[in-house]
Amino acid sequence: MALIAIIALPVLAALLCWFGPFRKLAWHMTVFCQCVEFALAAFIASKVIADARVTGAAGWFEADGLSALTLVIVTFVCALAAIYAGGYMSHSSNGKLWRFYAMYNLLSFALVAVPSQSGPNLAWVAMELVTLFSVLLVGFENTAGALEAAWKFSVLTIMGAPIALFGFLLLFWAWHSAGHTERDTWDALQAVAPVMSPQLIRLSFLLVFVGFGAKTGFAPMHTWLPDAHSEAPTPVCAVLSGVKTSVPLYVILRFLGVVLASPEARIGEWMVVIGLISVAIGAFLLLQVHDYKRMFAYSTVEHMGIILTAAGLASRASDFGAVFQLLNHAITKSLCFYVAGIVLLAMGTREIKSVKGLLRISPFAGALLIFCALAIAGAPPFPIFLSEFAILSAGIQTGHGVAVAILAALIVVAFVGIMLQVNRMAFGRPDLTEVHVALPGTCRVAVLAAMVPVAVLGVYVPGPIHSLLMLAAQQLGGR
Amino acid sequence: MHLPVGESLNALCAGLILICAFAIVGTRQVQGVRWFFILQSVLLAASCFLLAWDEHIVDLWWLGGITVTAKVILIPWVMKRTLAPELYIRRELSQTINIPSSLLLALLLAVGSELLVGPIASASGNPVIETNVPIGLACLLIGAYSLAARREAIPQLLGILAMENGAFLAGIAIAPTLPLIAELAIAVDVVLIAVIVGLLTRTIEKTMGTTEAAALSELREETVEWR
Repeated sequence: MALIAIIALPVLAALLCWFGPFRKLAWHMTVFCQCVEFALAAFIASKVIADARVTGAAGWFEADGLSALTLVIVTFVCALAAIYAGGYMSHSSNGKLWRFYAMYNLLSFALVAVPSQSGPNLAWVAMELVTLFSVLLVGFENTAGALEAAWKFSVLTIMGAPIALFGFLLLFWAWHSAGHTERDTWDALQAVAPVMSPQLIRLSFLLVFVGFGAKTGFAPMHTWLPDAHSEAPTPVCAVLSGVKTSVPLYVILRFLGVVLASPEARIGEWMVVIGLISVAIGAFLLLQVHDYKRMFAYSTVEHMGIILTAAGLASRASDFGAVFQLLNHAITKSLCFYVAGIVLLAMGTREIKSVKGLLRISPFAGALLIFCALAIAGAPPFPIFLSEFAILSAGIQTGHGVAVAILAALIVVAFVGIMLQVNRMAFGRPDLTEVHVALPGTCRVAVLAAMVPVAVLGVYVPGPIHSLLMLAAQQLGGR
Repeated sequence: MHLPVGESLNALCAGLILICAFAIVGTRQVQGVRWFFILQSVLLAASCFLLAWDEHIVDLWWLGGITVTAKVILIPWVMKRTLAPELYIRRELSQTINIPSSLLLALLLAVGSELLVGPIASASGNPVIETNVPIGLACLLIGAYSLAARREAIPQLLGILAMENGAFLAGIAIAPTLPLIAELAIAVDVVLIAVIVGLLTRTIEKTMGTTEAAALSELREETVEWR
């Protein structure tokens, strides 16, 4: 029941936002809906921890460890971003805010619909809806820059759709040729994978990887990401960077679980290589970036690469690191964008070199910026440090010494890149004497709430979260 | 029950679909691209109906109907409604690589996809799969190429839709029993893509006075000296 409700609720909220008399209450309804969504996701997760599986409608809507974890991540970020949007969007140049909230709810519907599907075909459909609604939100401000970003974003990511569709059709063929006529679900595919044709599985994975990899932002298909993330309204950036990249990655990880179950497909090493390339490109672009919202976008490319590398290592320990990193990246990166929005409100510019002495102008914003930069760069005692450490040590255990050495070096490069830029922004003598726009209260609430898990998970992982991560790691198919 | 006539007709349709993909790359005007896309969709629907009749698969009748409704009627109508002035403009489309070289590259893509999936497809022993899978992949790749080479919004949108046609052509051969609900949802998605990209194009045209995607070049990562 909860699984059906979690999909239906945002659609209802979107319709209400569209409906004339309620337009003024659009924000309130969105916040209420998103908070209920998070409660539902937490409920689903607790059921999954108890019974390993939740069924909404057998064969259609089912959740296991990995999908419950993704649901929790998505709803958490969507709820806080909705709260944050209240104050932030009141400075928007586009007056039709109810339209923003209607599309926001539709986006969150599509985002929760992907992990609640039990099979790949409807997940493809939901994933396309995610892309379409995010295109509308990226272009919401209707400025030249926003429209250009929306266009580039839509061409690159929608182009991935037919490619991934071809891949899923080939997967269905492989499933059909193995003698099955019923609907394919992820679990059934994983069970049947050893007797499916390895060439077909490999080819279909390749196509899905290209199609959805463009949406995740793997290099060299990452070029839309910094444009979209620098031009979209900040609450949307948090959702895009924190979870819109994680959801296609969820599908790729699910598919990877199927591929790794086929002993002859041998795809893990390739994933390590492709992941490392993304990490490298993200890390080196971080050194030369001049817009701080773009900086966090490049850091997303880097982190997506780290998760893919970890999944490619394909051992129990590295899978745990991968899902832990998925969680940590989403909560930390959304915090980073909330802070970037606060800095933007305070300084009125996105250029790194124009922001100087932030700590003196706005101690709140400056301290937050240093906090989130340390957290996303992976300094101890933050959660990203823990998950990156878990991935590196898992790599050493499985004998991937070279990959681990390269990954560690690149993580250090990214750390230096982020800290150099943030150093320039936080310290020094300011040009401005007072803040550009006073910080809205809802932004303050959202950012403080977002800091809680980032501060806690690095020193203490609560029991339920740990068991959820363990369950999720099982679906990645590592041995 | 396979009739040799049905198979030959299907092969004819698939061949014509591939020719349409080439024509989409080779045409110089927006109207031409649009008409070749419509023709390709009609042929796709015809191929669907042929298979449905030949192999007695009820789902394929539906799928053919969906294709006609969505791609032959709905999408061209939506494009006409939202983008009329841009559609009827009579001028050459700008593109990054000239048309003869483009056709040559498209040919290479077609040969490459035959080499890539030909062996897998012929292993199935089903002549429809042997024809449709390599041609479908070729149409997908050629569509992707035309998307990359064209520099204007409407031909790019038509390129995405032509890619989708390629995926469907392979799909009706290899996954005719895919649940109908999935096919329906996919078709709705395709229409939504057209509507949203069309609306976006119109907003861009209103704000910037052009739909030439190449003119969108404000956002880029400048190489700045070390500060």
